[in-house]
Amino acid sequence: MRIAIIDTSMTRAAIISEGLREAGLDDLVLIDGDGPLVAQIEAANPEVVLINLENPSRDMIEEYFAVSRALARPIAMFVDQSNPETTAAAVDAGVSAYIIDGLSKQRIMPVVDLAVRRFKAFARLQAELHEAKSALADRITIDKAKAILMRRRGIDEPAAYALLRGHAMKSNRRIGEVAEAIITSEQLMGDLP
Amino acid sequence: MTRDRIRIGFLPLVDAALPILAREQGFGEEQGLDIELVRDMSWATVRDRLLYGHTDAAHMIAPLAIATALGRGHPAQPMTVPFVLGLNGNAVTFSIPLAAETLDGDKLGDPRVVGERLRAVAEARVKAGKPLRFGVVHRYSSHNYMLRYWLAAVGIRPDADVEIVTISPPFAADALGAGMVDGICVGEPWNSVAVDQGVGRIALVTAQIWRRGVEKVLAMRTETAERMPDVTLRLIRALHAAAAAFVAPGSAEASAAILSRADYLDAPEDAVLRAITDRVRLTQGEAPAHIPDFMFQYRQAANFPWRSQAAWLYSQMTRWDGTPFRPEEAAQAEQVFRPDLYRAALAGSGAVLPGASSKLEGAIKEELGAGSIQGRLMLGADRFFDGRAFDPDDIPAYLGALP
Repeated sequence: MRIAIIDTSMTRAAIISEGLREAGLDDLVLIDGDGPLVAQIEAANPEVVLINLENPSRDMIEEYFAVSRALARPIAMFVDQSNPETTAAAVDAGVSAYIIDGLSKQRIMPVVDLAVRRFKAFARLQAELHEAKSALADRITIDKAKAILMRRRGIDEPAAYALLRGHAMKSNRRIGEVAEAIITSEQLMGDLP
Repeated sequence: MTRDRIRIGFLPLVDAALPILAREQGFGEEQGLDIELVRDMSWATVRDRLLYGHTDAAHMIAPLAIATALGRGHPAQPMTVPFVLGLNGNAVTFSIPLAAETLDGDKLGDPRVVGERLRAVAEARVKAGKPLRFGVVHRYSSHNYMLRYWLAAVGIRPDADVEIVTISPPFAADALGAGMVDGICVGEPWNSVAVDQGVGRIALVTAQIWRRGVEKVLAMRTETAERMPDVTLRLIRALHAAAAAFVAPGSAEASAAILSRADYLDAPEDAVLRAITDRVRLTQGEAPAHIPDFMFQYRQAANFPWRSQAAWLYSQMTRWDGTPFRPEEAAQAEQVFRPDLYRAALAGSGAVLPGASSKLEGAIKEELGAGSIQGRLMLGADRFFDGRAFDPDDIPAYLGALP
């Protein structure tokens, strides 16, 4: 079963194809989002098209599928032949899928289920990456704020950290936010006595 | 007081103004609503989010709401349109080479004259094996139907004499610039963006094709509207108040500043301002021309969902999908538009409420008074450029007489 993957994120496309390959579905075509889409889909002649829900080219692609109804192997919306739960799960995960008419549900479901899982995994990875990035940024900020406190107040590092944490708890803010405020005020008023 | 949250999907277009301003200028809040806006880049995504509950309502091209209810291209889903977000506001923009062959000077063309010249070019291009290609925003869009109506009326057969392809609004100007299409029919600010980039000239505005053409609507799943009837009515009131403020003198600058923001249209403020003040720059570097009724967002009960508008859209859907007219399908299409909800929401307010739910479309030559159950209803000229009128009670005869 040939599956075409169109995604605005090349990383996510790679993650999906990896998953499909592991499941033994290795007739895959990655469509280049910067090239002419319809020509590439036509050339690939896929039975299933997986595309990210937010892809800005979906209207163009759906139009091509609508016109393709006149062709030998018309492509339909996935929802035409599936159960509403699977479709809802796919939309929630950010996947839309199109399949050629007549392909059996049993053959499609594993593909879509897998794509949904991979999309979710990608979203999780992104969230973790974002968290890691902001944690790193926080740590740098906190280190800077600690240095300022140590210098200005003549205290040691554990005391500076305790001061930051104590203030954050009292004011119900993150330590990173308090640290940022200290750095800002140091930048604006650090030269004052 | 806690406010009810309502999520509305939209595409970056000037006529997404009412939901955006209802949120930004406090009209939603006045109705106890917390309006959240979800921006997308294709109508397919706006539709899917609406159908699968990511949004509760959507800024939508009117024919797509009807196509969704009729199950064209998708399993049928009962749809409700309780409010029209505006009439017209679109234009047909030609590439510079095509404009040079068909347009005069710097004035807006006459649909017949431009059409006549376009027909000659289209014929030549077919003979040369490189037919003219136009971009519209969706198969089920008023842009597609307006463009096709005009072309057919001037003797150009869509699909046979010219190709018509789909391009999402934010990409239309670029497609014109890249030579992928010879013309586009799209909403603002994307025509103006093409003009300002020097890649196109505005040939016609769609108000010249049909003076009162129905454009974007507020679309909901019927199930959602029935599950939260009170929120739906409050949303109609909020949008109506936003519409009144949108056309109030002196408000345009503030509206343009909000709409052009990166999280809404992400477009040049000046192009947005021109569109909402009916000033359209036809050619790069020229002063904008004033085009009365270019966009029509409020007056003359413009927000009222006339069932005859839905019927006209259905007539064009059968015409261009090549499907037979079916009375039960026509009735189903008309019932998507919900004047009853509009009246229920605005009864007791200052809004003008038409007495009828359907009217003869395109039959008014000069402004006249019409029956209303609240306020004084005046309807302005609403002609089609070829002078035909549409009687929603006799669609087959109308279709039979069309070219």
